[in-house]
Amino acid sequence: MDNVPGKLELFLGYAKIGLLGFGGVGPWSRHVIVEERKWLSERDYAEVLGLGQILPGPNVGNASVMIGRRFHGLAGSLLATGGLYVGPLCILVILSILYDLYGTRPGVAPFMQGVAAAAAGMVIGTAVKMGQNLRPPPELVLVGLLAVLGAAVLRLPLPLVVLVLAPMGVWLSLRRSWQAAK
Amino acid sequence: MMVLLNILLAFGTLSLLAVGGANAVLPEMHRLMVDVHGWMDDATFTQLFALAQAAPGPNILAASVMGWHVAGPSGMAVATIGMLVPAAILAWHMQGLTHRLRGNTWLKPAQFGLVPVAVGLIAASGVIMAGAAGTNLLTFVIIAVSTVFVWRTRYSPLWVLAGGGALGLLLL
Repeated sequence: MDNVPGKLELFLGYAKIGLLGFGGVGPWSRHVIVEERKWLSERDYAEVLGLGQILPGPNVGNASVMIGRRFHGLAGSLLATGGLYVGPLCILVILSILYDLYGTRPGVAPFMQGVAAAAAGMVIGTAVKMGQNLRPPPELVLVGLLAVLGAAVLRLPLPLVVLVLAPMGVWLSLRRSWQAAK
Repeated sequence: MMVLLNILLAFGTLSLLAVGGANAVLPEMHRLMVDVHGWMDDATFTQLFALAQAAPGPNILAASVMGWHVAGPSGMAVATIGMLVPAAILAWHMQGLTHRLRGNTWLKPAQFGLVPVAVGLIAASGVIMAGAAGTNLLTFVIIAVSTVFVWRTRYSPLWVLAGGGALGLLLL
């Protein structure tokens, strides 16, 4: 079953997600919450993330507000969200000062290029793994592939993609559950 | 004072438009920073966004870096608050709403219908990142190995990031 985190653990878990989140926090959020600490099942986590996706703001940030509230109310929301942002903000203060002083340094470019490539693979691998674990029915797989097509290939604005595909996904999923109930 | 208020208003507006995260509002952010307010030029905007990408944490923190550039530490504070708080308040109420509705049998399947959109958009951002990062054979190899590693194993993704950085340093 799910492990309910204490307040300190909630903060520390999210601090880890924020600090390790090079190339985006999405894969780290799932890794810590589902695999490492087992606060939520793959499906519960994906559902929270799905709600976070249709709201404005980063989906992981929205998920931190919702997961925090679910476990510890307002204190939980503040601790989870605070944990997520405090580490990266400290690093950004340092980077901003360095940028003001030195501008861009040439020596770090190849290293960052390698990290960026690995981060891209990490994000794709996370999506494939979630899809595999969740086993959605074929029509929902199609909705997911349409999201990839619209956002990555056609480069449509994300609000448009969400506006079209979210109602479609909800309707297809509801239709399937009604048919199963009959 | 006036500039801080303008920063707050600019990022507060972006916060409510950012369906899909930072990349969704990148064009509008560029328009506000460079064209409307004239706070920075094109090249600075691009470099500051890359700086935010290089740091850990949600990419939305690009707002914090831009706030710093415009008005120092207080600019960073105001930009971060403007970017985070409106969206967080919406998320708070969304959680309350789903909690109130939890007895309804339609809620779970309805919520599950949003999951493929979320997972599909994660895959899409990975593909977009791969398009930007894949500049030669070595980077494509790193992308492929990293994808399979994260997909097939439960080891911490930190290993592939460190490995990718080390390979880049040695071979690029």
